[in-house]
Amino acid sequence: MLKRIFAAMLACTLAGPAMAASGNVELQRRDWSFSGPFGTFDKAAMQRGFQAYREVCAGCHSLELIAFRNFADLGYNEAEIKAIAAQYDVQDGPNDDGEMFMRPGIAADRIPSPYLNENAARAGNNGALPPDLSLITKARANGPDYLFSLLAGYKEAPEGVTVPEGMHYNAAYPGNLIAMPQPLYGEDVTYSDGANNSVEAISSDLVQFLMWAAEPKMEVRKRIGVAAVFFLSIFLIFSYLAKRRIWADVH
Amino acid sequence: MAKSDKTQNPAKGDVQEPGRRDFFVVATYAMAGLGAAAVAWPLIDQLNPAADTLALANIEVDVSKIAVGQSITVKWRGKPVFIRHRTADEIARANATDITGLRDPQDDVARAEKPEYLVLVGVCTHLGCVPLGQKTGEVRGDYDGWFCPCHGSHYDTSGRIRKGPAPTNLEVPPHNYLSDSVIRIG
Amino acid sequence: MSAEKFQNPVVRWIDHRLPVFSMLDHEKYDYPVPKNLNYMWNFGVLAGMALAIMIVTGIVLAMSYTAHVDYAFESVERIMRDVNHGWLIRYIHMNTASFFFIVVYIHILRGLYYGSYKAPRELLWILGVVIFLLMMATAFMGYVLPWGQMSFWGATVITNLFSAIPIVGDSIVTLLWGGFSVDNATLNRFFSLHYLLPFVISGVVVLHIVALHRFGSNNPIGIDASGPQDTISFHPYYTIKDMVGIAVFLLLLAMTVFFFPNAMGHPDNYIPANALQTPAHIVPEWYFLPFYAILRAVPDKLGGVLLMFGAIAVLFILPWLDKSPVRSARFRPLFRIFFWLFLIDAILLGYLGGKPAEGIYVTLSRIATAWYFLHFLVILPLLSMFETTKPLPKSISEPVLGSSGRSA
Ligand code: FES
Repeated sequence: MLKRIFAAMLACTLAGPAMAASGNVELQRRDWSFSGPFGTFDKAAMQRGFQAYREVCAGCHSLELIAFRNFADLGYNEAEIKAIAAQYDVQDGPNDDGEMFMRPGIAADRIPSPYLNENAARAGNNGALPPDLSLITKARANGPDYLFSLLAGYKEAPEGVTVPEGMHYNAAYPGNLIAMPQPLYGEDVTYSDGANNSVEAISSDLVQFLMWAAEPKMEVRKRIGVAAVFFLSIFLIFSYLAKRRIWADVH
Repeated sequence: MAKSDKTQNPAKGDVQEPGRRDFFVVATYAMAGLGAAAVAWPLIDQLNPAADTLALANIEVDVSKIAVGQSITVKWRGKPVFIRHRTADEIARANATDITGLRDPQDDVARAEKPEYLVLVGVCTHLGCVPLGQKTGEVRGDYDGWFCPCHGSHYDTSGRIRKGPAPTNLEVPPHNYLSDSVIRIG
Repeated sequence: MSAEKFQNPVVRWIDHRLPVFSMLDHEKYDYPVPKNLNYMWNFGVLAGMALAIMIVTGIVLAMSYTAHVDYAFESVERIMRDVNHGWLIRYIHMNTASFFFIVVYIHILRGLYYGSYKAPRELLWILGVVIFLLMMATAFMGYVLPWGQMSFWGATVITNLFSAIPIVGDSIVTLLWGGFSVDNATLNRFFSLHYLLPFVISGVVVLHIVALHRFGSNNPIGIDASGPQDTISFHPYYTIKDMVGIAVFLLLLAMTVFFFPNAMGHPDNYIPANALQTPAHIVPEWYFLPFYAILRAVPDKLGGVLLMFGAIAVLFILPWLDKSPVRSARFRPLFRIFFWLFLIDAILLGYLGGKPAEGIYVTLSRIATAWYFLHFLVILPLLSMFETTKPLPKSISEPVLGSSGRSA
């Protein structure tokens, strides 16, 4: 009875999230350094990913939940973070005259959005809103794989598919017609560490960076998780043995 | 209504509970207690300041725009900080004061690294009101520094308590000069 | 029952005036528990534990959460990023909600299988159904609080159920919303109620336990204990057995929280609510899916709503639908088959609730819905009239002594 109910419950639980993906999408499954219970982020890749975000994506996509101080996770030290922040102009104010003014960013600031507001964003993009990327890998089913496949998924439209004005064909996008023009063509960024800058390599770096942006506490979560599971396993064994001892005299 | 009417065992008190001395039984309950204690920590620690709050725990202020004899008030850790560009006269008076008779004796040089700029936490050490004296025209008390209207504490041009109920001088927050005109507070 | 049983003088002094220690002692040692309970009887304690985890983590989350449409989503993200251990506390709250339902569903199924709802435990059962209803309301409102896309559209769809009520429906929906759509007023009242209801649940749980202790636990054989040889004290026997259950529960919970924290959630809820755009495929949380399937199985709006609430209402009258004097399915061969059919049906409904309402899924939903009601309203009454049950053992001790038994 017990086992059967458990199996049934498990099946029921798994059925829930499994239905998320749909449509004729081509998802490329990849092995990410952050997958699995011991997975960690690749700091060098995240730094490259940030550079690619800045040079390729940031013109249209905000990253509003990330503050410069968070870049300590990418391996930057305090001085480097200050320097990065200072390269951005951040709106502050009002000052004593009641005016808003621009000043260089500080570590505590969030990354400023490329748009004043949502309507300005739509107006600049044919009515389509470029989504904020802070949570994008968690806001899509199979986020990392999906994002990678999307970035690398721009293709010639197959015979018989008409691509309307302002739309683009993408093999990974649900419905295949996406408003975002192809962002990567290869060699879009020049990495200071000389790393590969093919479309796939940049996409992969971006996924590393954005996965961190969505789930910055992942590494500590998994670390505590391993310890917790270890502790609870011992607890389970001990409590089971203790139960056998105590029940030994019940007939 | 003794339990023996209803249940088979164990008679508590007179007979040992089964397993009371058993290693696994003791270890199980010990681990349960340990686990509960471990879980308590995150629940308590979440009360501490969060990362975004801590990120604003120190601020940088450019003092070059404060005219002589003027003060500005900046917000630091949710409290007002007074930065006063003191006049030569104010500095001289602060230094001339004989500190031996003061309630909280402190030399002015110990309170202002550069005598021109005095940096103070603008919170009365009595019961936490914000003293007057920042804006021109405000009452500045008998010693021309700051005056707390709540219960009448008078502070001098070095922010030292001179009269009234406050027990100590206005606090000087930890700060240092990043350059000639930029102060980092906190 | 005198104070002399405590050796510690402080305990004795307090107990004489406030007999909490006597009460505890009574529960621990004097309250007779059938000695043949299997691990299915762990789930009541586990549900209580889940409730406690939810209340503790919830109170803590409320310290950093902002119930305002402009700030709710960000305040949750701030908990995830900036508040010390906030991510841990929120993931525990999120996933324990799902585990709470898993545990309660098993608890209910155990009651169904072993006939725990039968006389004299009808009120105990009804109180349990009340708790279940309150849990559903609480979970629903809690899911709205992060103010993601699923929060918003879930709230819109579920509150709109009430518009099916003839004549006053629209006024009721406006009343629920406090406006003309799900908006700030709605979010704030949901937060208020989400905070309140768990304490109401706790109150009903106390009544549930009082009712339980009136006649004691049912057991896998389903016959009453006939004397001291059939029972044991709660402590140390069932405290340690519950420890084993708690260990398994926490282990599974930890694996989910630390390694698959979002597996039971929906990606769309990481997109901030947008009143102008519905997600392509909206589904409620998994634990509502069977009821959602029943709702969608009916082509008529009011009919669907009535049937959905009916699916729970029927549980209230279950003790009077199944009047067979034999409690445990062990001695009811036909009932047992139908129990498993019912479970398959319920799981099928859950699966269908997550599928788009089109094609074969609709047909299957209708069949499964029909079976759900058939089971309670027709099959159970008929079974109790015509089923030939197996002979019952004379006492609990007898089969336990006779064979190692089927108890897990
Ligand atoms: S608070 Fe300033 S004098 Fe009392």
